[in-house]
Amino acid sequence: MTNSTLEKYEKTNIEKNEMNNFDHLFKEDSFKVVGAKKDSQDAITRPYVGIFKESWLRLTKNKGAVVSLVVLSILIILALIGPYMNEYTYDETNYEKAFQEPNSEHWFGTDKFGRDQWTRIWEGTRISLYIALLATVLDLVIGVLYGSISALVGGKVDNVMQRIIEVLVGIPNLILIILLIMLLKPGIFTITVAMVITGWVNMARLVRSQVFKLKNQEFILASKALGASNSRLIKEHFIPNTLGLIIVNMMFTIPSAIFTEAFLSFIGLGLQEPLASLGVLINDGFKAMRNNFYLLLYPAGVIVGLMVCFNLLADGLRDALDPKMRK
Amino acid sequence: MKKFLAVRIFNILVTLFVIATVTFFLMKLLPGSPFDEEKLADLSDEARMEFYARYGLDQPVYVQYAKYMGNLVQGDLGISYYYKGQKVESLISGRIGPSALLGVQATILGVSIGLILGMIAAFRHNTAWDFFTMFIAVIGVAIPNFVFAALLQYYVGLKWGILPVAFWESYDSSILPTIALSMMVIALIARFMRNEMLEVLQQDYILTARSKGLSQMKVIIRHTLRNSMIPILTILGPIVVSLLTGSLVIENIFGIPGIGSLFVDSIKVNDYTTIMGLTIFYSTFYILTVLVVDLLYGIVDPRIRIAGSKG
Repeated sequence: MTNSTLEKYEKTNIEKNEMNNFDHLFKEDSFKVVGAKKDSQDAITRPYVGIFKESWLRLTKNKGAVVSLVVLSILIILALIGPYMNEYTYDETNYEKAFQEPNSEHWFGTDKFGRDQWTRIWEGTRISLYIALLATVLDLVIGVLYGSISALVGGKVDNVMQRIIEVLVGIPNLILIILLIMLLKPGIFTITVAMVITGWVNMARLVRSQVFKLKNQEFILASKALGASNSRLIKEHFIPNTLGLIIVNMMFTIPSAIFTEAFLSFIGLGLQEPLASLGVLINDGFKAMRNNFYLLLYPAGVIVGLMVCFNLLADGLRDALDPKMRK
Repeated sequence: MKKFLAVRIFNILVTLFVIATVTFFLMKLLPGSPFDEEKLADLSDEARMEFYARYGLDQPVYVQYAKYMGNLVQGDLGISYYYKGQKVESLISGRIGPSALLGVQATILGVSIGLILGMIAAFRHNTAWDFFTMFIAVIGVAIPNFVFAALLQYYVGLKWGILPVAFWESYDSSILPTIALSMMVIALIARFMRNEMLEVLQQDYILTARSKGLSQMKVIIRHTLRNSMIPILTILGPIVVSLLTGSLVIENIFGIPGIGSLFVDSIKVNDYTTIMGLTIFYSTFYILTVLVVDLLYGIVDPRIRIAGSKG
């Protein structure tokens, strides 16, 4: 820009400013502040809500999730105290009272050995839940460790760890679980172990990709630039930002573990008599279904209740913990 | 693309090798083989050795392993321990018909009902239709397939007597198992389709299509449906898995002579060669499906092909 054009430019600007200057029309005292006050603008009108409180508030707005939570609590309480609500034990046989329809003495009837079905169902629910929860927690520990190490260390280590996962993913899970249980002989612990051996892979992949995504984000870079130590990065940024994902994935793992256990029992690879899980009870009920349908109906009802509630709750949690994932 | 394919095929071969090896040694570790020493105790030593020789059990384990792998490459899965004198591959091919029929029928039924439900739910978002679809989607995933199959068999077969309870006698016998098997597919597809369509409907090109004056039907068929269906390929893997595992119990419940019931039966009688053969068969089938899905995905969605060739 030459000097003359610059002058011209300034001149027009000044002219414009003068044209827009209405100070001569409005004196300072012709205005007064009506609404906005400095202190009210800065005041915090709502109490501070942490991320988990906020998620909880969002969850309680989801009707399906709330109903599921209530039903699940009832089922879990019954699984804990149900077996002690009458005088029978789960393995007490009474051949004179075999195949009794539900009545005031045996609330859910009796099975082919005259065992009290009410006690057996809640005992079975407890075992099924126990296996599912144990498997889920083990999946969580192994998966989170494997996934985060793979992502945080990176490079060759990550490469090798990913190749291992690729091979494991190629194997149909259930087939491998079946083979392992044939080897280990069915029992509460071996069923859990067999499920965990393939189960952790999913969690590891999720955690790895999430940590990878976080690693390249600006706020992590900023935190590093400000001199945050690795442990601080992990504690303050990585864990809070992956926690939602982990919780949601856990909630979906529980019902699939309940299903797998019941499936194994159904094809004859489950717990041995007289122990009962829901799958064992459903299998027995299926065999007796023609004449004693109630033996199938009640355990089937409990497992469907558990599965539906865990799924709905997991859906609700996903929406509540991460609105971006909502669909 | 060629490099991608080569890497994938190499990975598949490694995976299959690992699976075959692991299965072989697992089977060797298992107790309760029909040829255990004590079960053949009443045979003379000579007869026992002849028995072992017939099944190749007289050689050291590593020779057995090498032989098994060598035969495997040529498609020879060995002789069944239980069905005397039958080759495992002929057992499988003899029983694959019913399983394939059920699988294909369940896929067709599941995909078409799932697509229709998902579409209706997306277009009637937040109405009774939508809630009905989501209800089906949750129920379909949540109810274990064997519970659903048992209930179907009890009500439709036993109580109302509409369809055959079990066994493989006429075409009618395939209806109930097909429905039981397709439940999961319907649920998976319906939920996925609904979400996918809701997303596509918000895209700018749908607005453009509408503002051009296209009829609702044309918008649906030309733009929405096509673009929503591509991602469905990604859940084909889980669907195949659900069909495979479903067939294990459902064939058993309905007494269908397919490979699912063959697998469960051979577990019950410790027929190790058949278990091994079927494990490898299932794994190969699953792995190849995943490969086909990945390849199809690249063909249907050019964006992925371009991203793939760059990377």
